[in-house]
Amino acid sequence: MTAPPPDDCLAHNDWICGEYLTTRRQILLDAVAQHIQLTVVSVALGLAIAVPLALLARRWRWTLGPVLGITTVIYTIPSLAMFSLLLPVYGLSATLVVIGLALYSLTLLVRNLLAGLDGVPVETKEAARGMGYGPMRQLLAVELPLALPAAMAGLRIATVSAVALTTVGAIVGYGGLGNLIYAGMNSFFKAQVLTASVLCVLIAVVFDLLLLGVERLLTPWRRAGRTARPRVRTAGGAVGRRPLTASGRRG
Amino acid sequence: MNTLSSVWSWLTTAANWSGENGVWHRLAQHLFLTFACLALSALIALPVALALGHLGRGGALAVNLANIGRAVPTFAVLVLLLLTPLGRYGQWPTVIALVLFAIPPLLTNAYVGMREVDQDVVRAARGMGMTGTQLVWRVEVPLASPLILTGVRIAAVQLVATATLAALVGGGGLGRIITAGFHLASTPQVVAGAVIVAVFALLMEAAFELGQRWCAPPWARRRIR
Repeated sequence: MTAPPPDDCLAHNDWICGEYLTTRRQILLDAVAQHIQLTVVSVALGLAIAVPLALLARRWRWTLGPVLGITTVIYTIPSLAMFSLLLPVYGLSATLVVIGLALYSLTLLVRNLLAGLDGVPVETKEAARGMGYGPMRQLLAVELPLALPAAMAGLRIATVSAVALTTVGAIVGYGGLGNLIYAGMNSFFKAQVLTASVLCVLIAVVFDLLLLGVERLLTPWRRAGRTARPRVRTAGGAVGRRPLTASGRRG
Repeated sequence: MNTLSSVWSWLTTAANWSGENGVWHRLAQHLFLTFACLALSALIALPVALALGHLGRGGALAVNLANIGRAVPTFAVLVLLLLTPLGRYGQWPTVIALVLFAIPPLLTNAYVGMREVDQDVVRAARGMGMTGTQLVWRVEVPLASPLILTGVRIAAVQLVATATLAALVGGGGLGRIITAGFHLASTPQVVAGAVIVAVFALLMEAAFELGQRWCAPPWARRRIR
């Protein structure tokens, strides 16, 4: 009494399959939830370490070299190797993935924070001092807000990269949508691989837009001049603004 | 520590370095993949970047390509390509994925480098009667060379990382030591493989950094970070 084999896109192993979405809804939602959780926790952890580190490097200049050096070394190590190096410490756990991703975001955030703080005009700092601002108030009320656009750019890059890199966590079983991609690879399940990949990119885009919105909310003074901003290609032929980190990403 | 000593003994066992799955063979595969794909992606990306930069067109494309490349997971692309009909042709899915991810840094940096050339210099060169081709090869490319080389360095380090991930989809390279270690549930092998990959990536970065200093014209050496 075997039922006739179903003749649908799952049976044909099509790339795009509506059946897959309806029958695997819960698996997909769980994977998305895990993916978002891993990303958010790791970027938040990276941020929590990056801010004090950047302030430290700015306060005591001699720490700048080591801080930048170590972050460069971390960023150069491929993700698969990074997760593997953490294996003896954390075992096959979500913590391993979170720590690995946090280390990468840390790097991007520290560099952008420092670039932002360095970009605060000397005149502005002097004006703050002249108005009687102490070092702490100057930092909190003047320098950090002015460094915010660069820091937010770093946060956006770090978050988008973390979303993509989380997939590699599949090697230890905690990769969010990466788990589905990994399983789909082993069973040649095309719909699963494509759906999970598309969802990954979607999550990255949504996070990027959310952070862009937050940035606009936090920096109302930048909106005023937005309409007057020069186009990317002007008569003089200058490119808009040079991208802050010259397009690095990690595989 | 126990793990450290077992990692050390893995690394010092001669049998782990020789043969088809040995470190030397994997290293050779990794080097070949990295440089072959670097050459391929440079052949594709640099002419496009130089042309676009010279003409001052497609700026949004060149700059956004980097952002798009960042949002797409390397692992996903590797698996997607493996499942396409291309997957039957051995290393080709890996090569294509590697080239795809090496193009954005090359293209973006070369483009920005070309556009950042001082427009006064360009006008002076035109005033001297240089043709477009002369302008590109004698003025713009030399002046843009520091950033072009930065792009090459970033792409190379990127390729090392991507080639490591290729092991997850059965590609050759040093990553295979790590994935084999996971399959064997051998933590020492996983960590030893990771150490080798990390050292290799750092050496690559250092080598390109040095190469960048040597290749750069004297006046630009200060500017390179």
